[in-house]
Amino acid sequence: MIDEQLALGDSFIHRIDPCVRVVAALVVSFSLALSNDFYVLGSYFILALILVGLASLPPGMVVKRLKPMLIFVLMIWVILPFTFKGDAYAHLGPLTVTRPGLELCLRISIKSVSILLVFIALLATMTVAALGQVLHRLKVPDKLVFLLLMTYRYIAVIHGEYTRLVRAARFRGFVPGTNLHSYKTYAYIAGMLFVRASLRAQRVHKAMLCRGFNGRFYTLESPVENRFNPYFMAVIAVLTLVLIFMEIIGK
Amino acid sequence: MKIIKTPVIRLEKISFAYPGSTVKILDGLDLDLYARDRIGMMAPNGSGKTTLFHTIMGLCRPDSGRVEIFGRPVSTEAEFQKVRSKIGLMFQDADDQLFCPTVLDDVAFGPLNLGLTPEQARQRARDILATLGIADLEPAITHRLSGGQKRLVALASVLAMEPRVLLLDEPTAGLDDKAKERLIEILNTLDVALLVIAHDFNFLISITDRIFSMENGRILLDDEVSIHRHEHMHKLGNRPHKHV
Repeated sequence: MIDEQLALGDSFIHRIDPCVRVVAALVVSFSLALSNDFYVLGSYFILALILVGLASLPPGMVVKRLKPMLIFVLMIWVILPFTFKGDAYAHLGPLTVTRPGLELCLRISIKSVSILLVFIALLATMTVAALGQVLHRLKVPDKLVFLLLMTYRYIAVIHGEYTRLVRAARFRGFVPGTNLHSYKTYAYIAGMLFVRASLRAQRVHKAMLCRGFNGRFYTLESPVENRFNPYFMAVIAVLTLVLIFMEIIGK
Repeated sequence: MKIIKTPVIRLEKISFAYPGSTVKILDGLDLDLYARDRIGMMAPNGSGKTTLFHTIMGLCRPDSGRVEIFGRPVSTEAEFQKVRSKIGLMFQDADDQLFCPTVLDDVAFGPLNLGLTPEQARQRARDILATLGIADLEPAITHRLSGGQKRLVALASVLAMEPRVLLLDEPTAGLDDKAKERLIEILNTLDVALLVIAHDFNFLISITDRIFSMENGRILLDDEVSIHRHEHMHKLGNRPHKHV
């Protein structure tokens, strides 16, 4: 269900310590989100493209992952230029396209696409297991980390249960339609999933108790040794600082 | 001199009913398990075998009766916590047991809880995986394993605690013959007390010395072997053949 295809590669980015990558992604995306100057935003976009290039990801897969975001951005382009107050840029029949509206749209588009590209390049290239370990090393509260890891671990199991329930219903002649019977059946299936998930949670907790779980989580920490780790972090830090500086001067 | 052997697990007059149910699933049950015992349990579904295991582990608290483990009575959570790590329970559904993202993480979970350092825990996990012949699964993602692989990893995660007693709850459910044979091979090399629930008679006789049954919330200790005849059918059954 979660196939983690992008995590399989062995590029420059894949070999950087996941911890460094998470910090770099955080730094870049924060400063990017807070910038407004078009030159600065453009530079971030190029930086994001370079990172994707360094991760040598297949372009098809990158575009596939951008698609949901692009649909969202498209909706903004349909609505914002016509509804935002400001100087008129053009008239389309009864509608007025405003200049601040257009600028805002462009900013949102560049920012969202760039941030997503940075995350695809730096975070999608590690497994969820590695991400969990990194978050633990970065002192994110244990409960949050294990919420992520457990969700990752059991979403496939719950999905399997869902497909089994649907299959069982189908084998007994259930054809989904727009009627009360169908809604009721889906409600039963959803309810059953919750019941099963809750029972499973109890069993998992028991299994954890059997192996000496006492409320504390320990993890095997395995930092990835790579002599490029500090250089990569330094380059990202310097570039981001320069871009923040440009942004401040630009005002 | 008389050597007095104390059972590793002793249950005395255990009774248990699930909340909201009037049926006593365990009703005055007695059981002694000694260090060298290898006992199989065959009984119908719903006869309380899993509840029995959970009672031994302290996951179900009996309404009445006494649980003694390694010669000491245990009744509180703190007492159970101390002995739990020495009893390995393998759950019916391996998905319940393997909750860590990777195989190595999962097998190391128990040792880490025992207070081993990450390096020691990793080493122990690797040793166990190698012993079971599944060292290549170490970096694998747990939910992508096959049923047989999951079962072996679950066994590894239990063995990593170095238990003195193994409780196996239907270890062969969903396994094919090849995986079963592999499991039999492994279980026969282990030097631990064994209590196994299974519906598969052939599997049970190949790993245990005695087979008990359960009825009305009690264990039937009648394990005498009796000669009997029965009819059976299989392909080419009309030709002279031997059963071994």
